[in-house]
Amino acid sequence: MSVDKDTVMRVARLARIAIPEDRVLPMAEELNRILAWVEQLNSVDTSGVEPLTSVVKMDLKRRADKVTDGGYAGDLMANAPLSEDNFFAVPKVVE
Amino acid sequence: MTDLTSLSLAEARDGIRARAFSAVELTQAHLRSMEAARALNAFITETPQHALAMAREADGRVAEGNLGALEGLPLGIKDLFCTRGVLTTAASHILHGFKPPYESTVTANLWRAGAVMLGKLNLDEFAMGSSNETSYYGPVLSPWRRRGSNVDLVPGGSSGGSAAAVAAELCLGATGTDTGGSIRQPAAVAGICGIKPTYGRVSRWGIVAFASSLDQAGPMARTVKDCAILLKAMAGHDPKDSTCANIGVPDYEKALTRDVRGLRVGIPREYRIDGTPVEIDALWARGAQWLRDAGAEIIEVSLPHTQYALAAYYIVAPAEASSNLARYDGVRFGLREAGSDITDMYEKTRAAGFGREVQRRILIGTYVLSAGYYDAYYLKAQRVRSLIKRDFEQAFEKVDVLLTPTAPGPAFGIGEKSDDPISMYLNDVFTVTVNLAGLPGMSVPAGLSAEGLPLGLQVIGRPFDEETVLRTCSFLEEAAAFKAKPEAWWRAVA
Repeated sequence: MSVDKDTVMRVARLARIAIPEDRVLPMAEELNRILAWVEQLNSVDTSGVEPLTSVVKMDLKRRADKVTDGGYAGDLMANAPLSEDNFFAVPKVVE
Repeated sequence: MTDLTSLSLAEARDGIRARAFSAVELTQAHLRSMEAARALNAFITETPQHALAMAREADGRVAEGNLGALEGLPLGIKDLFCTRGVLTTAASHILHGFKPPYESTVTANLWRAGAVMLGKLNLDEFAMGSSNETSYYGPVLSPWRRRGSNVDLVPGGSSGGSAAAVAAELCLGATGTDTGGSIRQPAAVAGICGIKPTYGRVSRWGIVAFASSLDQAGPMARTVKDCAILLKAMAGHDPKDSTCANIGVPDYEKALTRDVRGLRVGIPREYRIDGTPVEIDALWARGAQWLRDAGAEIIEVSLPHTQYALAAYYIVAPAEASSNLARYDGVRFGLREAGSDITDMYEKTRAAGFGREVQRRILIGTYVLSAGYYDAYYLKAQRVRSLIKRDFEQAFEKVDVLLTPTAPGPAFGIGEKSDDPISMYLNDVFTVTVNLAGLPGMSVPAGLSAEGLPLGLQVIGRPFDEETVLRTCSFLEEAAAFKAKPEAWWRAVA
């Protein structure tokens, strides 16, 4: 499994990171080196082994489905790069 | 009066209680040493006004006789912990200007115990690194230098600012976080102590997330006792973190008996790795001998999947990071770069906001989670992780703790390893297994390299058995009698 230029472009698009044209090939090489290194896992026999889902045995805690917090929209908006009337403002998404 | 900054946290606590000095005096002494150490770049944000206000309140409580466990003790906070109204950056440009409207559970616990915040400490960007060189705010310099040399060295990472600040006596203790070794490895190379507790011992709420199944916060300080005191204050159940365990927090200070008679100490044979410096192996053998001489039983054990841990980590951690870091989109907080449409805005914001190593890890993580590769990479790595965890479970049937080196070498020079990601990743070879298995692990300074740089030993324990880890480390600390301190060259520079 080798990463080419198109794959870097596709993954960068999925990750929403703009990669300048001159960085695509170097990035492909960097990713290939790391992926080649992690390929060593293929030599481990994992047949019949369940993937780990939780390092510490615990049941996920549950609580009543009630509102326990809130009422400070102003605080939450304080860090927004752009907002209007307690709404986050973004470039137009619907024509 | 002796220099208040050279007291241990426990000594300073006792001094405040005895009213030998005030919290304001103690804080002022640390603020002076912080100001004189700017050459180290250990702090991203200094908060002297905040610190003095907290110290005055602490003195008020001392006067009333109403003291918390950390009353008036000045600490540094890794800039990965959200602090209400105080710039919190994760050492990333993407959190430009972010002042959280809330306080992390860990820091809230520390302030409730009376501690004083000196400022926010530098780190690798989003805690991704082992040398503190990936910070948007520039590298941290280690207070340590090789004997007779003035070459700048790294303080380890990702909690590099924490390690440097504690080692240079800018604060009595600091918070760290550890995803693959980020408390223990910098503690080892900076000649201080640091413990990564069991996953679930400390709340992760309000800590900027890197890899949620691996991240755990813990204390860094100059003595084992100081770490024990800080851990007790930091730990505890938190309904806001569903992975935080609802079990009691022991009085860790009481565990520091230094008594290792009958303790079964495992030496994992797979940690003898080709290319490890002779002095690291010698230090490890010396640690085992100290324990044996004091009545512990040394038992060789096998952790057969150790060699695959780093590769599994470099799938699991980037995968979780790519998901966690999806929230940085320029909409709700932090940096925003203008774009022609919303996708263009996202892409430009994230390109400008994330540094090179963070981008690399997000792309690796996105790739291994993408359609067609999930089973081959992510599930495979999680299966290997099950085997690594099982190795430890089998070893802990025979032993109470494991003894290993903390890091594969002493501090290296700034820039020496930054061109080669994999050689950088290898710094975590002895620590990363502990995160994959969710275990507690602690580094304690145990000797100096031939060039006069600190080296650490690591003790690994059973889940939620931090007490035995701390007890073993309290013994090793006494046996090693590590008293070396870096020369304060940075004061001349400032």
